[in-house]
Amino acid sequence: MRNIFLFIRRFFTVIVFLILQAVSIWFLFNYNKFHRAKGLSAANEVTGWFNSKYNNVEDFFKMKEENRRILRMNDSLINLLSSNFVKNDTGRVVVRDSVAYDTTGQYRHYVWREAQVLYNTVNAEKNYVQLNRGSNQGIKDNMGVFSSDGGLVGQVVNVSSNYSQVMSLLHVQNKVNVLVKKTKSSGTLSWDGKDPRFLTLNNIPKSDSLVKGDTILTGNYSLSFPPGHMVGTVEEIIKDNSTNFYVLKIRTAANFSNLQQVMVVENLQYADQEQLFQDTKKKVDDAKKTSR
Amino acid sequence: MSDLLRNIIRLLLFILVQVYVLNKIPPLHQYVIPYLYYLFLLWLPFNISRISLLFVGFITGMTLDYFTNTPGLHAAACVLVAYVRPFIINILSPKDSTEFNYREPSPRSMGWTPYLVYVLILTVFHHFYLVLLEWWSFGNFLHFLIKVLSTTAISLLLVIITELLFARKMNYRTNTA
Repeated sequence: MRNIFLFIRRFFTVIVFLILQAVSIWFLFNYNKFHRAKGLSAANEVTGWFNSKYNNVEDFFKMKEENRRILRMNDSLINLLSSNFVKNDTGRVVVRDSVAYDTTGQYRHYVWREAQVLYNTVNAEKNYVQLNRGSNQGIKDNMGVFSSDGGLVGQVVNVSSNYSQVMSLLHVQNKVNVLVKKTKSSGTLSWDGKDPRFLTLNNIPKSDSLVKGDTILTGNYSLSFPPGHMVGTVEEIIKDNSTNFYVLKIRTAANFSNLQQVMVVENLQYADQEQLFQDTKKKVDDAKKTSR
Repeated sequence: MSDLLRNIIRLLLFILVQVYVLNKIPPLHQYVIPYLYYLFLLWLPFNISRISLLFVGFITGMTLDYFTNTPGLHAAACVLVAYVRPFIINILSPKDSTEFNYREPSPRSMGWTPYLVYVLILTVFHHFYLVLLEWWSFGNFLHFLIKVLSTTAISLLLVIITELLFARKMNYRTNTA
């Protein structure tokens, strides 16, 4: 026993060093479990405060560019207003209401909220975007985020009461289902951690004929993103000789280095769809077990 | 100003500069990320005990980690730097902590060459470990090496500029003080 104490005393520094290393690495590798913990939410509030102060200064310099972008966006939206169109037969009026259900049988699937970017990096391997809205403003995990000119930005991964963290497309663990507009074949979008202007798209079969500049849209199978929204354009087509699939280099539609205003989109049916998914899994698995 | 207060202010400044200036710089190149905040650890006084140095390193890293959302990444690298620092100082200027004429490591207290060697070694330790952890799950070895080297070069440049711009005023220590 005495020897153990002597040993601990002799190598106390080394032991403290090893413990601190272990703690750091444990944090690092358990981040996905850890980041929902209370502690990081509280830290999120503090860093959020600093970031909003910084943002006040940054806005001043970037407003001009942002105004131009919003004007462009408004312009494209105004063109879609129903008052621009006249129908020849007046038998039916299409009503699009913001109420969830209405009498014409339409219902709202997605709700968009605007939010402001407080902090954003592009030069790490794991980039996150911090927004000035949190659970108090109705933001939840897994909501999609688009930039002010409509390009896909990422997905909400963590929410504190007044701020939220978004896993940007520029994150090496990011996997998004997208489709090629021309051929409708879907693939998986990821990032290799190198150049923040380009993403990698896999699983597009070589039977598709693609050219540089083809449009990539959000896919139909995501619970977080509405389908058919701009993700980027094809920049380079690389033929992988070992498989039947292309490797495509995609230029992002959103400019990640100067994100200021974004839109958070909520899938109103998310809980419903997720529940169904889980129930199905449970039902099928239980059926397997009982039949055995 | 007391040592403690001075170092707390320094830590805040280093972290804010790292988060809001250096991390915000549009990437010069995919391999180059300018790091400066760890200079805080190199500037700590000679007479700080090794245990408290380790804890200060951990706190410094975690503070930055909370801003960059990578809990543990910078903390691990900082703890390594804090652990290695006393050995390097011992090799470069083998004196007892009471024998130093100045309170902190600086070009003036150690001489430019030993000081730069000291900074270089710890910078390499920091970046090597940081990039290693960051690239653990993917990437190839050549990228890894180039990234360590280029990041080290840019950090060393930043450190030299910082030393020249912000020469720290330090009193020559005598027995009477």
